[in-house]
Amino acid sequence: MSAVEDVVTEAPAVEAVPKRAMTLGTGTSLVVLAALLIAPVFVKNFIIFQMTMLLIYGLAVLALNILTGGSGQFSLGQSAFYAVGAYTTAVLMEHFNVNYALTLPIAGVVCFAFGFLFGQPALRLSGVYLALATFALATAMPQLLKLNFLEHWTGGVQGLVVTKPDAPFGLPMSQDMWLYYFTLVVTIAIYIFAVNLLRSRSGRAFMAIRDNEIAASAMGVDVALYKTLAFGVSAAITGIAGSLGAIAVQFVAPDSYTITLAISLFLGMVVGGVGWLPGSIVGAAFIIFVPNIAEGISKGLSGAVFGVLLFLVIYLVPHGARQVAILGQQLAGKLRKN
Amino acid sequence: MPAMHVRLGAFSAALVLAATLSTTASAQKKYDTGASDTEIKIGNIMPYSGPASAYGVIGKTEEAFFRKINAEGGINGRKINFITYDDGYSPPKTVEQARKLVESDEVLLIFNSLGTPPNSAIQKYMNQKKVPQLFVATGATKWNDPQNFPWTMGWQPNYQSETIIYAKYILKNKPDAKIAVLYQNDDYGKDYLKGFKDGLGAKAASMIVIEDSYEVSEPTIDSHIVRLKASGADVFMNITTPKFAAQAIKKNAELGWKPLHFLNNVSGSIGSVIKPAGFENAQDIISSQYFKDPTDAQWKSDPAMIAWNEFLDKYYPEANRADASVMYAYIVSQGLVHVLKACGDNLTRENVMKQAASIKDYEPGGLLPGIKVNTSPTDFAPLSQLQLIRFKGEHWERFGEILSGDVGG
Repeated sequence: MSAVEDVVTEAPAVEAVPKRAMTLGTGTSLVVLAALLIAPVFVKNFIIFQMTMLLIYGLAVLALNILTGGSGQFSLGQSAFYAVGAYTTAVLMEHFNVNYALTLPIAGVVCFAFGFLFGQPALRLSGVYLALATFALATAMPQLLKLNFLEHWTGGVQGLVVTKPDAPFGLPMSQDMWLYYFTLVVTIAIYIFAVNLLRSRSGRAFMAIRDNEIAASAMGVDVALYKTLAFGVSAAITGIAGSLGAIAVQFVAPDSYTITLAISLFLGMVVGGVGWLPGSIVGAAFIIFVPNIAEGISKGLSGAVFGVLLFLVIYLVPHGARQVAILGQQLAGKLRKN
Repeated sequence: MPAMHVRLGAFSAALVLAATLSTTASAQKKYDTGASDTEIKIGNIMPYSGPASAYGVIGKTEEAFFRKINAEGGINGRKINFITYDDGYSPPKTVEQARKLVESDEVLLIFNSLGTPPNSAIQKYMNQKKVPQLFVATGATKWNDPQNFPWTMGWQPNYQSETIIYAKYILKNKPDAKIAVLYQNDDYGKDYLKGFKDGLGAKAASMIVIEDSYEVSEPTIDSHIVRLKASGADVFMNITTPKFAAQAIKKNAELGWKPLHFLNNVSGSIGSVIKPAGFENAQDIISSQYFKDPTDAQWKSDPAMIAWNEFLDKYYPEANRADASVMYAYIVSQGLVHVLKACGDNLTRENVMKQAASIKDYEPGGLLPGIKVNTSPTDFAPLSQLQLIRFKGEHWERFGEILSGDVGG
C-alpha cells in the first residue's frame, strides 16, 4: 500500500457513533408517531402531499445513513437507486398492471441486486474515491433511462405517467391521505427494520468496518461481504423510497433523478446528523422546505440564500439535528435537577 | 415573493365579500376559486434555478407585464396577482409547486409553465382538478389534444408544424430533392423529424437519403456533417440546438458542401448562432419565425416594437433585449390578458377555457405581420402559422406567404 493510500484510509471519514446513540428513546418515538398519525386529519391535501414527500425523502436519507453512518461508505449515487426503484414501479404499474403495493417489494429486490452488484467494484475503493465512483453512477443514470432500446418501456425523455391509487375497501379518505398512511406504514416498517439491523450482528459488523477495517477483518468479519451487503440494503431502501415517490408524484422522467437529487439526499443526511437515524426525517424536511423558504426570501438569489442557510447550519451545529437533540436532552436534564 | 401574495386572511375576507355581493347585487357575476371583484390569481412555474434557468427571464418578463397591466387599472377593474414559483426544471418539484398553487394559493389557473417534462408531470393532475393549464411554454405537439386533455392548451407553433412547412416548401420547389436530415436524439429532435416525414408523406422514404442523429453530450458534430455530405444530398434539414447549429453551418462551409439548408427556428438567433458561425457561411439558409426579432434593424420604427421598448424601459429596464425569451413572454402575456378580458364578469375556470378556445384572428403586438392567434374547441394550438425567412447579408429576409401547419397531439 502506498503512503498516500495509507493516509486516506487511516483518516476516519465518519465519526464513530455508538449504536445506542443512533435511535430515539421509546417515549419520544411514540410522541413522534402519534403526531405523524394524527396530523393529516387537520390539514389540507397539499400539506398531506408534502408530508408524504417528507416521509419518502426521509426513507431515502435513512438508506444513505445506514450506508454512511453505519458502514462508513460514501455514496453520491443514491439518485440512481431511487430512479431504478421509481421506474420499476412505474413500468410494472403502467405496462403490466401490477398492483402498486406489490411493486414495492419488487423494486426493493431489483435495487438490492443492483446495489449489491455495484458494491463489488466499490470494494476496492474507499473514502473520496468511492464517492466519485458513485457520482459517476448518478450522472450516468438519467442518460441510461433515455436509451433507445429502453424507450419502449421508460417512455424516453417524455417519461411515464403513473396512476394514483384510490383508498381500498371504500375507505372514506382522499387519495392523498390514503397514500400518506400507506407510506407511513412502509416507513415505520423500514425504520424498525433499520434499527434492528444496526443492533444485530450484521449491524455490529458494519460499525466495526466503519471504525477500523483492519481490526474488523482480524476479528473475523467478512469485510467484502458486509460492505457489499450495506450497499445492497441501502440501495433496496432507496429503491422503495423511489417507488413511493413515483406513486406520490404520479410521474417519472429522467430529469427527475439527476445528480442534484443525490446531492440533496447527501445534504439531508449531514443536516440530520450522520449515523443518527431519526435525523433522516429532519434532513428530509431541510431539503424539502428550506429551498422554498429561500425562494420566499429572494427569487433571484434563492440559490445564494439556500447556501447561506446551509452554511449557518453546518457552522452552528456541525453534527446536525443530532447535536440539537443532545443539547435539548442536556437542557432538560439540568432543568430537572434544579 | 412575499410582496406578490395577498395575505390569506385578506383574501378570504375578499372572497366572502365577493360571495355575498354576487348573490345579492349582481347575479350575473360568476367566480371560481382565485377570482373575485378585486383580483385574479394567476399561478406560474418557471425554472429560475437549474439547467434551464436561462428561461427564467420569461417569468420575470411576465411579472413585469402584469405590473404594467395593474398600473393601468387591471382587467375589467380586477388586479392580477401573479404568483410564480421555481421548479428548477425538475418534474417532482413542478408537481409540488403546481399543487401549492392550486390547493394552497388557490389560483384561478396556471399560466405558461415551462418545459415539456415539467408540464407532462402536472398535465394529468391539472385535468383531474379541472384547473386550466393555459398556454404552456413548450413546443411539443402533444399539448393540442382537447379530446383527452380539455384543460391543457399550448401556445407557440409546435415543432411538427414547423417541419411540415419546410416539407411542403421542398415538395413544391424541389420535388426531386435528395434530403439529408440531422437531428438531436431526444423528444425535441424526434418531434421535428416526425413532422418532417409526415409533411413529405409517401415520398419521405425515397426523398430522405440519409438520416443521422447526435447526442447532446457530443462535443462536436463535425463527423456527422462529413457523413451527410458523402451521401450526395442536395437538401439539408438541420434540426439542432444553437451550439450545434453554429458548428454545422461552419463545417458545411469548410467542406464546401452547399445544399439547400433548412434550419429549425430554435436556432434562428443571429446573435447566438449565425454570428459565431460567420455571416458569409450562413447566406441563403432558410428558417422560419413568428415574432419580430428585436435585434433586427427593420423593426426599429415599428409601433409594436416601440411599445415593447417603452414597456421594458418602465417596468423591466434590466432586461436583455437581444434575448428572444423577453419578446416571447411579452406576446404570451398579452394572450392571457386577451382571454381574461373576454371572460368579462364570468371568471370561472370553465369560461376561461371556453374563451381561450374561441380566439379569432387576434394579433398581439410583437408577432410578424399577418400571423394571427386562432383557436377553436377542437384546435388547442393558438399559434400555428409561420413566416419563411432567408438569411441575406446580416439579417433574415421574409419571403413567400404566411404558411400554416396545424397538427394535433
